[in-house]
Amino acid sequence: MPRYTFRLNGQSVSVDSWDPAQPLLYALRGPLALHGAKFGCGLGQCGACTIIVDKTATRSCQLPVSRAAGRDITTLEGIGTPEKPDAVQAAFIAEQAAQCGYCTNGMIMAAKALLARTPKPTVEQIKQALDGNLCRCGTHTRIVRAVRRASQQV
Amino acid sequence: MDRTEGMSRRDLLKAGGAIVVSFAFPLPVRDAFAQTTPRSGARPVDAGEVDGLLAIHADGSVTLYTSKVDVGTGIRIAFAQMAAEELGVSPSRVAVVEGDTATCPDQGGTGGSTGLVRGGVEIQAAAATARRALLQMGATRLNRSVADLTIADGEVRPRSGGTGVGIGSLIGDRLFSLKVDRNASLVPPSQHVAIGKPLLRPDVPAKCTGRHVYVQDFTLPNMLHGRIVRPPSMGATLVSVDESSLGGIPDVRVVRVQNFLAVVAKDEWAAVRAATTLKASWNEQPTLPGHEGLDHFSRTAPLERDQEVLNRGNAADVSRRAAKTISATYFWPFQSHASLGPSCAVADVRADGSATVWTASQGVHGLRGNLSKVFGIPPDKLRVVFLDGSGSYGTNGGDHVAADALLLSKTIGQPVRVQWMRHDEHGWDPKGPQQLLDVRAALDTDGRIVAWETEMWVPNAAPGARALLSAEAAGLQQEHGTGSGAITQNGDPPYAVDNVRVVAHLIKDTPLQLSNLRAPGKIANVFAVEGFTDEIAAAQRIDAVEFRLTRLSDPRAVDAITRTAAAFKWDARPSPNPRARQGNVLVGRGIAYMRYKQMENYVAMAMEVAVTPATGQIRVRRVTCAHDCGLVINPDGLRNQVEGCIVQTLSRALHEEVKFDRSRVTSVDWTSYPILRFPEAPNVDVILIDRPEEPLVGAGEAATAPVAAALANAVFDATGVRLRTVPFTPARVKAALANA
Repeated sequence: MPRYTFRLNGQSVSVDSWDPAQPLLYALRGPLALHGAKFGCGLGQCGACTIIVDKTATRSCQLPVSRAAGRDITTLEGIGTPEKPDAVQAAFIAEQAAQCGYCTNGMIMAAKALLARTPKPTVEQIKQALDGNLCRCGTHTRIVRAVRRASQQV
Repeated sequence: MDRTEGMSRRDLLKAGGAIVVSFAFPLPVRDAFAQTTPRSGARPVDAGEVDGLLAIHADGSVTLYTSKVDVGTGIRIAFAQMAAEELGVSPSRVAVVEGDTATCPDQGGTGGSTGLVRGGVEIQAAAATARRALLQMGATRLNRSVADLTIADGEVRPRSGGTGVGIGSLIGDRLFSLKVDRNASLVPPSQHVAIGKPLLRPDVPAKCTGRHVYVQDFTLPNMLHGRIVRPPSMGATLVSVDESSLGGIPDVRVVRVQNFLAVVAKDEWAAVRAATTLKASWNEQPTLPGHEGLDHFSRTAPLERDQEVLNRGNAADVSRRAAKTISATYFWPFQSHASLGPSCAVADVRADGSATVWTASQGVHGLRGNLSKVFGIPPDKLRVVFLDGSGSYGTNGGDHVAADALLLSKTIGQPVRVQWMRHDEHGWDPKGPQQLLDVRAALDTDGRIVAWETEMWVPNAAPGARALLSAEAAGLQQEHGTGSGAITQNGDPPYAVDNVRVVAHLIKDTPLQLSNLRAPGKIANVFAVEGFTDEIAAAQRIDAVEFRLTRLSDPRAVDAITRTAAAFKWDARPSPNPRARQGNVLVGRGIAYMRYKQMENYVAMAMEVAVTPATGQIRVRRVTCAHDCGLVINPDGLRNQVEGCIVQTLSRALHEEVKFDRSRVTSVDWTSYPILRFPEAPNVDVILIDRPEEPLVGAGEAATAPVAAALANAVFDATGVRLRTVPFTPARVKAALANA
């Protein structure tokens, strides 16, 4: 069975997969036991599974494991812990920018990628950057506030 | 991926030759597993007993046990605050165990905004009863009279100062053996230290760092992944299955029980692939009316019965004799919970016949009762444990998927995790029903409303749990209802009208399975009542705020509207807006008011919209909402809920309609069932009216109800066009403008 090696949250890891088309999301949530990225649609429509691949916010439900090989991958777990959250995570906590929290992974990872390329975004830029991320609980206003707060502290 | 199955994470990491991530799972995982172990001792699982609802441990920390679950609403921290207030401890010392049938007494399901009203208030009474007992114990221990003592900072101590004794030392995991005294006196609002504080929710840090354990994340050793192959059309029967079509997918097994078809596999992706690859032939019959023309269907479908919801005065006679009558028809379509994460459950049916189900169900005791009957597992052998899921806003696919997992685990004798796919959730979650309303008002020569009649056509909501999809497919006997929640409330105006009649025509059959989607029924009824109220005001050239205020006498109602109008900077004048045009858009503002269920929250809401006539697009610029739910436990949690109600309902009003043809739901993803996106999210200003001396009411859904009316009223103000059918899609708005 083919083996795929990539960097994950700063460490080298390998996974074996019977199907090169298997989305990376299933490897993360299965054998790698990282549950930050969520299955939302499997269609690249909602953003719940967002991870950062080589600095770009990427839908892990659309990224075949074979194409993850050799890449540098960051998940929500890799950027901070409850005790030591990173600036974006801390801003989401301070603003209580979650209800059910199922979309939160995608929001934070998309915000991380945005702030890496645009450190001081306008509200409109934040909304555009999150356009592909769906929130069903209606927490939008708080999420925008959290990203603004993070941008002021990064 | 097979190679890694059965290996521990440590083995996996060795195989990978590197460390992956920290293994130090933080608290939430331990909590999740702690919930799998029944609490020790003989605590009664009884909401009438103090020991059923709370335990005080030797270290002075407190655990609460409740069947009310936090589905992202923040009731965990609110429960902690309510108990902490009475017990004189910090809320940070209070843990909450939710929704475990083995340890949490049945305080009812989590619906109808009853989380705090019932769950919280019962916990508060238990804590107040415990407080009284602790003071008595402290009096004995300290050799003082109870009147000399108080309880604070986790100890019973003299009011005058001096040495106290910790509550953990007084009771320390022993039982109080006391009935909850529902009349136990509570800490007065003037002395509140925990209630009313915007304390942070304990689950948010773990949710923001990927450590919170959702039911979607829960695993068991030796667990298989299941996926259900639903029929291509509703009611289809399974003719044959071609298992050879799964060649090349490893370790997958087909499970068929009559018309129930599923696959299980060790690897989740294998199960997903197998479910989409499996060839099966079905016998299909078109059974649905289709979503187009559903208003006509509603008006003409056979009725179960008529229900007189309200009859005050003599509306029919007064209407006949009135100087003028006006009427209008409003319609609300089927809508989906559209949970962001498809429903998931894990079930473990063991060889001795006992079983445990992990689920995000909002009603674990009800679900256990239903599963027990349908699957023939005695209730005392069946444990149902809540774990957080994706927000549900009512009964989404969660109960169905619990039955799916249970049926599979029972059939194959192994633990099974089932997560629905996106098309399963959109296609098969029970739906918020369609509602058709005719509203009529009779006016006298001075323009006063002398009679009001509302006729609604809504599905008959028979009591009892909904039919479980897998049980139906597998041919298991089940008695069932069609629960859609209380959908006939708020069909009458909240204003002074002497003659009012509300009649519900209850439709016998429903095309799609029904559910209690957030503010069930009220959402459409208030849309009609408050939209029509606006029509009457506009027809008489009276300002919408003034029109309402002159017909209300309850000071809390007046306060909600007045404060909304002031914060919004309401410009008093009749609608439509004479100066609507601003460049390419038409701008207007609208207001709506209601009292939820006519006896709970007072909510007033104003919003400003910009409509682009060329495209039909509505953009909501800002929303102001004054919200009065009596005593406020946690203002930030409450604010989050009200904001969520508003933004989610803008989504429902602007975009959402379940589409179906003669055979199946066809809106099965986020393209065919779009919801509101970030660029559309307005500024939302919430004014909380805290009334500490008034009883609290629930706040999880009230602010949902006036949203569509406020929006339609604002669009009318901007354009002069009245929208009476949800959703207000660009195509519909454009057509309405063209016909104006």
